[in-house]
Amino acid sequence: MLGRTLREVSTALKQGHITPTELCQKCLSLIKKTKFLNAYITVSEEVALKQAEESEKRYKKGHSLGDLDGIPVAVKDNFSTSSIETTCASNMLKGYVPPYNATVVQKLLDKGAVLMGKTNLDEFAMGSGSTDGVFGPVKNPWSYSKQYREKRKQKAHGENEDSNWLITGGSSGGSAAAVAAFTCFAALGSDTGGSTRNPAAHCGVVGFKPSYGLVSRHGLIPLVNSMDVPGILTRCVDDAAIVLGMLAGHDPKDSTTIQDPVKPFTLPTSADVNKLCIGIPKEYLAPELSSEVRSFWSKAANLFESEGAKVIEVSLPHTSYSIVCYHVLCTSEVASNMARFDGLEYGHRCDINVSTEAMYAATRREGFNDVVRGRILSGNFFLLKENYENYFIKAQKVRRLIANDFVNVFNSGVDVLLTPTTLSEAVPYLEFIKEDNRTRSAQDDIFTQAVNMAGLPAVSVPVALSNQGLPIGLQFIGRAFCDQQLLKIAKWFEKQVQFPVIQLQELMDDCSSDFEIEKLSSVSLKQ
Amino acid sequence: MSSLLSAPSALREDALRRLKREMWARAVKLGLRSWVGWRRGFTSKADPQRSGRVTAEVIEHLERLALVDFGSLEAVARLEKAIAFADRLRAVDTDGVEPMESVLEDRCLYLRSDNVVEGNCAEELLQNAHRVVEEYFVAPPGMCSPKWLNRLSLSELRI
Repeated sequence: MLGRTLREVSTALKQGHITPTELCQKCLSLIKKTKFLNAYITVSEEVALKQAEESEKRYKKGHSLGDLDGIPVAVKDNFSTSSIETTCASNMLKGYVPPYNATVVQKLLDKGAVLMGKTNLDEFAMGSGSTDGVFGPVKNPWSYSKQYREKRKQKAHGENEDSNWLITGGSSGGSAAAVAAFTCFAALGSDTGGSTRNPAAHCGVVGFKPSYGLVSRHGLIPLVNSMDVPGILTRCVDDAAIVLGMLAGHDPKDSTTIQDPVKPFTLPTSADVNKLCIGIPKEYLAPELSSEVRSFWSKAANLFESEGAKVIEVSLPHTSYSIVCYHVLCTSEVASNMARFDGLEYGHRCDINVSTEAMYAATRREGFNDVVRGRILSGNFFLLKENYENYFIKAQKVRRLIANDFVNVFNSGVDVLLTPTTLSEAVPYLEFIKEDNRTRSAQDDIFTQAVNMAGLPAVSVPVALSNQGLPIGLQFIGRAFCDQQLLKIAKWFEKQVQFPVIQLQELMDDCSSDFEIEKLSSVSLKQ
Repeated sequence: MSSLLSAPSALREDALRRLKREMWARAVKLGLRSWVGWRRGFTSKADPQRSGRVTAEVIEHLERLALVDFGSLEAVARLEKAIAFADRLRAVDTDGVEPMESVLEDRCLYLRSDNVVEGNCAEELLQNAHRVVEEYFVAPPGMCSPKWLNRLSLSELRI
């Protein structure tokens, strides 16, 4: 049951094959078994069981709230959840209990979703590995998969090779791991520079970033106001579409949400691929791109072409500057957004009481880690009067050039862009930490952050396993507010590639009845 | 102290005020010891590799504005690298290009009507604060030492 899609489980609930309480308990038990992944910061067991109970009552009366009723979900720990601790994986907010729910959380709960818990992340969503939070790093479930271990020639699974576990990517690594390990059917992440799509690619799940302005940011603890969006992580594209349908729409509490009415939609199975024009941005062929990713990218392009789509090379000329531009704008907005953490109204407060400034300074030193402090200081540097024009305003101008690059490409008849999501498959933690956070973010966000600067929708779809048995994902980028069209194409593509199900050996032995082995179709992108 | 007590009242007042100021200055110094101490040590070990953009002056200024301290030499080095990274933007020709603040710039921002529909949750909000007295958040006293007043005016001059 846990291996099914959201839609399948929802049908099972409606038909009474399983009750919400049973489903909730299965997920809770799996969360306990996968505790070593460190995907969850808070497991809201009591709340979840209560919600499951209420969902059960609704089903018994035949009054289900829809496709999400009774479905276990998880939420990244930078979304405010009423009465449930929200920490952003930082000392600054340890023990902070918000008095309200983020709009997207409220929408999920209003549709009957069952909240399993808050997932782990990089501190304040700054990072590309989910390794820099105060609750420790998140481990990629694929580190323990049969597919990976077989390739590493590990015969006995009693053998503890845990020291070389892989990162999940970030910053929504906990959400990605939670979905990949079957502990929930959907998870919320946030996406500022690729934070949903990056871990999705590394964990073999679907990571969807909606258009900026489509989904409310109210209650999402802000990083970069002009780029943040809530992201959706699920095991298939159809599930992401279901969740998007529940979350999209104007929110009076977030004035950056557009007011256009959002029609509920179901994705068709056919995508009229022969009418499509797929763009391949040539500047994304980075020298650091692994040959395996490049090969899958090329095969994917060929797949579309073989189905009659027009596949053309396009140019996004300012690509090489986009990561620099992102770095300046991100640190500047971060410097502003982190100013609210002064220890007075909420969050951590130090013991020094000599003066306000001494108190603020010590609180912030104790509350923030090096990464956050580094970005605040960089941001403040770029915002100094003598630097403002040359750095901040300059970056805003470059942002327009980057956004225009995309507009020009889409205006020339391209429907969707196809690019890699990450440079390579997930790397071991020990290797990842050899470089500092800023360097890693600059490397890993290379394909994803331009999308945030232009506010476009994008989705990472798992494609195939690498030679090492690890997931590789590819990214589709759509026109602004054409999220439905984008997901339609992604769904078609997903059906063609038939990405294999993760085989988590130890867990399968214990709950073998819960997993169904999917049949692999003949068309695939396996090497 | 005995001479203070026997002095005429105006002089005594003045001496007391001076004493208070000195005590404040000492307390402020104590509170900011970690800020000032390591930095003095640092500037004497100048790293020849650094571009020199992040001078001691800039460090002090940034720490004051951000209310976050660098904490180590590595942090300064990281800022230098970040600046060098950002300098790459100079190569882009942005003549005649308007800065972009938001991707939704062509749309009208939505504004709610000015009616009170929620609130009245002071108790709930106060629960998250560490120091509260009745319905007030309690803050330590503001900066009132002349040493800090001097610093403030100096940084204004720099601007």
